[in-house]
Amino acid sequence: MSGPTSDSAPVLRHTPLWERHRALGGKMVPFGGWDMPVEYSGLSEEHRAVRERAGLFDVSHMGEIRVKGPKAFEVVQRLTCNDVAALDDGKVQYSAFLTPQGTFVDDLLTYRLAADDYLLVVNASNTPKDVAWAKAAECPGASVEDESPIWAQIAVQGPRAETILQTLTETPLGRITYYRSEPGKVLGIPALLSRTGYTGEDGFEVYLHPDRAGDVWDAILKAGQPHGILPAGLGARDTLRLEACLALYGNDIDDAHTPWEANLGWIVKMKKGDFQGREALAKQKEAGVPRKLVGFEVTGRGIARHGYAVQVGGAAGAAGVVTSGTQTPTVGKPIGLAYVPTEKTAPGTVLAIDVRGRGVPAVVVPTPFYRRRT
Amino acid sequence: MSNYPDDRRYTRSHEWIRVDGDVGTIGISDHAQKELGEIVFVDLPDIGEIFDAGQEFGTIESVKAVSEIFLPVAGEILETNKVLADEPGAVNEDPHGDGWLVKVKLSSDAEVDALLNATDYEKFVEEEAKA
Repeated sequence: MSGPTSDSAPVLRHTPLWERHRALGGKMVPFGGWDMPVEYSGLSEEHRAVRERAGLFDVSHMGEIRVKGPKAFEVVQRLTCNDVAALDDGKVQYSAFLTPQGTFVDDLLTYRLAADDYLLVVNASNTPKDVAWAKAAECPGASVEDESPIWAQIAVQGPRAETILQTLTETPLGRITYYRSEPGKVLGIPALLSRTGYTGEDGFEVYLHPDRAGDVWDAILKAGQPHGILPAGLGARDTLRLEACLALYGNDIDDAHTPWEANLGWIVKMKKGDFQGREALAKQKEAGVPRKLVGFEVTGRGIARHGYAVQVGGAAGAAGVVTSGTQTPTVGKPIGLAYVPTEKTAPGTVLAIDVRGRGVPAVVVPTPFYRRRT
Repeated sequence: MSNYPDDRRYTRSHEWIRVDGDVGTIGISDHAQKELGEIVFVDLPDIGEIFDAGQEFGTIESVKAVSEIFLPVAGEILETNKVLADEPGAVNEDPHGDGWLVKVKLSSDAEVDALLNATDYEKFVEEEAKA
């Protein structure tokens, strides 16, 4: 038996919770230059815990970029494609850095902490690139700093997340609505509490100083015990986000695809004025978007995975590619996302996916694959 | 600690074979299933297909990855474990028993003797973990 070898980095970085992952029996794997837990008790069990109760994730490997100063708004507005003017203090926004070609440098969360103070949360493996990208926009009146070393991040996700976290903070969490944040304290430790996540469930992301992350991690696990909380790894994080159709940089989005193609047109605000990538996006929209990301279900025998070729309309038809795919615990059948020609994106369109030399049938389906009951 | 039955032989690529007459039953080791994590799909060959020793004869997929499986000895596929089409998790639950993969008609007994016994396989797994 042999499996694919994982990306190996010469020196893997450790989050402040690394020793806890080891103590909890976490199976550690290299991820974006970090030694991270892929699972503890089992991927499906962790996945279900998040859907039905609660799961706890260490996301301290994510990068944080702080933009401050009287010109901070102008800098963030120019750096990102969503409209920063739509934010008030505490509001969080999903957005992206784009190249001059309109493709993704990275996707990110923009936090407006104050009118002259923004926190941009970016993907772990892209952090050095993103910091350089943002630094290039620095100007008198707006400082750009890599604050990744001073932020740990813990995500508690699932229908019981609020109940569990509420036992550790005096901030009334009910007033923090979806995609909002508020400074507060957890266990008396200063933290930024944010109602965000990457699982398709309700939940919170807690930003705090790395020195105190272990205490908060332990306290959430203890408070969550009666509610059936489980520590959850990158494996469950991936199946949860795929079911909810949340894009993953390096799989579904990258510097070869635009937001129009990635079905993320909703984060592009063309009317807000100039921003990086705008011109290219306008041109692509006018010329026509050649391909789009769609969801599919495999109807034959096999699992479609990242990188597998997709044929549409028989062998002579135009080709596409799978960007994410696996069998996920809640949906219970092989699903995935793929770029296909725009005219072949209607639900019901039959695809053939090249699964290691076999053409396995699949069908385009509406997304997301999973939507939580509200 | 894994438990490796001593009524069979093992490969360095983590398959096992148990021989009964000229028929070998083949599966993957408990260590292998633990490394793979939750198995969601098993792709096995057709009856009558013939493979050389060490040749890939199928794949096992966990949620995260695809792994090839190799035949420990040369032979012809006599039977595949049909249960795995609907319950691939049987490989996780009972890798040395109900989670078997295929039965083959052996071309030669000598190839089996060259494989690792349970004690040597256990040592090999420990050494591999340290490497």
